[in-house]
Amino acid sequence: MSEISEHKILFGWEEIKKSLLTCIWFMFLTFPIMVIQVNTIHRTVEWRWERLFFVGAGAFLLSFLWRYMIRRKEAGIKREETAQNTHQDLLQRLLSNPRFSRPALAVAVLFFLTFPLVFSLYQIDIMTTALIYVVVALGLNIVVGLAGLLDLGYVAFFAVGAYTYALLNVHFQLGFWICLPIGGALGFLFGVLLGFPVLRLRGDYLAIVTLGFGEIIRLVLENWNEFSFGPSGIANIPRPGFMGMDLALHQNHTYIYYLMVGLTVFTIFVVRRLQDSRIGRAWTALREDEIACQAMGINKTRTKLSAFAIGATWAGMGGVVFAAKTTFINPASFTIWESVIILCCVVLGGMGSIIGVVAGALVLKLLPEYFRAFSEYRMLVFGTVLVLMMVFRPSGLISSVRRVYRFEGRNKLEGQP
Amino acid sequence: MLKCRSNKTLAVMAALVMSMVFCSAAFAADTIKFGVAGAHSGDLASYGLPSINAAKLVAADFNAKGGVLGKQVELVTEDDVCKPEVATSTATKLVGEDVAVVLGHICSGATKAALGIYKDTNTVLMSPSATNPALTKSGDYPNFFRTIAADDAQARQQVDFALDVLKVKKIAVLHDKGDYGKGLAEFAKGFVEAEKRAQLVLYEGITPGAVDYSAVVQKVKRSGAEAIIFGGYHPEASKIVTLMRKKKMDTIFISDDGVKDDTFIKVAKKYAEGVYATGPKDVSKNPLTQAYIEKHKAEFGSDPGAFFDNAVSASIALLSAIENAGSTEYTAIVKALQTHAVDTPVGTIKFDERGDAIGVGFAMYQVRDGAYVEVK
Amino acid sequence: MDLEYFFELFLGGLTRGSIYALIALGYTMVYGIVELINFAHGEIYMIGAFTGLIVAGLLTLLGWPALAILVIASIAAMIYSCAYGWTMEKIAYKPLRKAPRLSALISAIGMSLFLQNYVLLAQTPDFLPFPNLIPEFDFLEPIEHIARSSEILIYAVTAVVMVTLTLLIKFTRMGKAMRATSQDREMAMLVGVNVNRVISMTFILGSATAALGGVLIASHIGQINYYIGFLAGIKAFVAAVLGGIGSMPGAVIGSLVLGWSESFFTGYISSDYEDVFAFLFLVVILIFRPSGILGRKESDKV
Repeated sequence: MSEISEHKILFGWEEIKKSLLTCIWFMFLTFPIMVIQVNTIHRTVEWRWERLFFVGAGAFLLSFLWRYMIRRKEAGIKREETAQNTHQDLLQRLLSNPRFSRPALAVAVLFFLTFPLVFSLYQIDIMTTALIYVVVALGLNIVVGLAGLLDLGYVAFFAVGAYTYALLNVHFQLGFWICLPIGGALGFLFGVLLGFPVLRLRGDYLAIVTLGFGEIIRLVLENWNEFSFGPSGIANIPRPGFMGMDLALHQNHTYIYYLMVGLTVFTIFVVRRLQDSRIGRAWTALREDEIACQAMGINKTRTKLSAFAIGATWAGMGGVVFAAKTTFINPASFTIWESVIILCCVVLGGMGSIIGVVAGALVLKLLPEYFRAFSEYRMLVFGTVLVLMMVFRPSGLISSVRRVYRFEGRNKLEGQP
Repeated sequence: MLKCRSNKTLAVMAALVMSMVFCSAAFAADTIKFGVAGAHSGDLASYGLPSINAAKLVAADFNAKGGVLGKQVELVTEDDVCKPEVATSTATKLVGEDVAVVLGHICSGATKAALGIYKDTNTVLMSPSATNPALTKSGDYPNFFRTIAADDAQARQQVDFALDVLKVKKIAVLHDKGDYGKGLAEFAKGFVEAEKRAQLVLYEGITPGAVDYSAVVQKVKRSGAEAIIFGGYHPEASKIVTLMRKKKMDTIFISDDGVKDDTFIKVAKKYAEGVYATGPKDVSKNPLTQAYIEKHKAEFGSDPGAFFDNAVSASIALLSAIENAGSTEYTAIVKALQTHAVDTPVGTIKFDERGDAIGVGFAMYQVRDGAYVEVK
Repeated sequence: MDLEYFFELFLGGLTRGSIYALIALGYTMVYGIVELINFAHGEIYMIGAFTGLIVAGLLTLLGWPALAILVIASIAAMIYSCAYGWTMEKIAYKPLRKAPRLSALISAIGMSLFLQNYVLLAQTPDFLPFPNLIPEFDFLEPIEHIARSSEILIYAVTAVVMVTLTLLIKFTRMGKAMRATSQDREMAMLVGVNVNRVISMTFILGSATAALGGVLIASHIGQINYYIGFLAGIKAFVAAVLGGIGSMPGAVIGSLVLGWSESFFTGYISSDYEDVFAFLFLVVILIFRPSGILGRKESDKV
């Protein structure tokens, strides 16, 4: 199909008619909820007609874009089916090109190292939060992106880490540095604990059971006052000390920031090594085809359990830092929607791709801070992003590069009688 | 390649210089910055937004009179969505903008998380709505003040009322498992058990948003409780009260200021009759209160929302304290808050050494003929 | 043992169970046909309740009689929920039909998040009282302390809806097409079933039951907000899985079992861990009997 005819189809009369229909449909659809506001307490009705216009105009314009994107996607699928070579986009080509990626890496390193010297306390604070999410999202990436097990209760492990530090500190005055590995270890343990019962489940059943597990942990924390101090939470959790010294606020934030940068680098390093290791390959195989994977002699139980457990370890450590940074935790910070946001980071960035997940987490945690004025719309946008990503770009912003081994002898083989 | 890299370094340098320029510009401005933090969006916004309006009105009044210490008051509002982790960012942002004092935060949890940062930077914080007792009683936060009474005072009042006035012998305590509701219920439970004059027959949490509460109501009926003390908000309270009355149970229902809201009466209608609830002492006769409600109507065209009186009082107390202290220096403001009494909508108040407003307390109300009436 | 107390808890459980069932039926239908956990199904129920509230609120202001309002509000809620369900399927699920099931589930979560916040922003984050539409019938006066008219109406509607849907699926052309699609989509396509229409129809039917549930439950409970769909949806899903997802009577039985077990758990043990118990129940059932009480056992396909 040539460029010109494509444009014709996009703006032809038929298309406009379709868009008009969409426009009318959405105006009908959103009419009661957008336009009428009935206040059953004061018995008043407010009509907000102007909104109908915006919905109509928006639907009209967006429907063009929607159809264009759908067509492009379908054309893309066809192209992929006919030509076998995997399609790589610009960003990926740039990233895989050392001439670009090396200076980019250098700039990134310089940026992150000088960050606290250049920017204000607030910037350091939000960047630290974003880095915590980077680490946690990388952990979830092991479970979802590599092993293909959708975990909707991931935040439970985050809570385990946070409460580990908070409770050990309250009861035994243990410091941050001892609790960091303990938090990781407990995360690991809980990962195994959850992993065992759900080994037999697959796909969406697994997702729902993990969701249930996450809620169970939160509800227990909320109800069991004697253990977790209940919904009022734990306050005055100490920030990490530096060699036994208490630091001033700004120094301390800078310190946690560098700590997080270190932890992030460590995470990226470990995840990269894991990805290319024996177990990493096994995870990928498990994701692609469970039965074939078993037939190849991979121990399914061990592979799944290790994915859960190793993924949960990072959440546990992230939780410890989270508690230390916030200095206050309560169960309300660990709801299912927190799991969804972490999942968003992974999906938006690109499941399975390390740099993608890092980018996804940074974008999702930093943008809402910079657009504080629009914070009301944050969750609305998250929802939209999840849907659109799945529809148009299931591989995320920066998709993972899959290793392709091409069998060159094919034609020769076929040619032979 | 080389050229490209040097360009990037230049860009970084430029960014550095720019940010420095901006920072110094912020310091040079000659205003008194008045921070307002709390839930300004999301599902709890209806508790946080009235505090912004209150701060705006009070700041406008002070500015009309020539400002504070001869400088104009400038509002800096930041949202924390009532989440602890967001609240710390909000706090660092406000501190970074060099605010003199902060009105907020709204939720107890977010307040606790943010207080660490304000404490380290010697910033005075005053909340119109954070009622968790530990905020003042623990002594951990010398920079924290509030214009609302703590939860334990409320629980005390409820239990005393049940024991002394109603003289009930069997009490059930219910809560909604939330920060506020469960905290209150814990205190009520403790007081009932300590008094030994009545028996605590049931202590349970209900799930907010559950489709049906009949099992819990049956349980209350079976326990033979003469009165229920409920910690939580009005949506759950109205469901339970309605269900009880429809099941022909006349158990006395005593609740808190989360229920002392006209919405409760409008939702539960006839079933609300006779329900007791503690709430802030009635200040509607105070001319200052009336004046600010009128101003709110004139400025924003609507009735003020939750904690408006407390927020106006806190704003007045904070700005007056700066004036009385003669500077924005931390110890001076704290001292002024503790020594100078100021006229506010919740009465003439000053603060004790822990940060609670002296003279701000609760009164018991009862629904009679579709309105809350103070029980003397 | 206190028999009256037991009976009261039993009825409370029945109410709960019927409420879950009205939502679970839609869940199970969609799953049976497209094998998708329609995470946003709870939101459809919420939208139904909100549309009902808006229509009922308007009509109450005009002073119409309660019963007429109930009927009109239910119909409006059903129409709008169907429209939302249909549109949702077209936007969020249809383009993903060939994608991995994980993608569809994530898309469903996104849709659920979107719809919640859409209602939150366009309407209000606070609880709104729902007009009391179900009149207290006089002839029920003597048993009112055990079962109210709204509860009896909910039992009745649940039973009627279940029977109607079962008949619809057993005997109509569309029902046959649905069963064919759920067994083997490609085969159904080959024998001339319009699979797209069948799937749309499933979403529409499921949404309609959810909306009916929304209006009835909202007027039984008396208030709604944007978040009511989440917990109800999750519980209904648990119920559907319990009964064997994909099976209509299974959904109802599962809902009743869940309703009763929650009610008795609250009554005899404690309501503090009511939800923990429900989720544990789900985990245990899925581990020991993954196909549920009435579900078909599926073997792995290579």
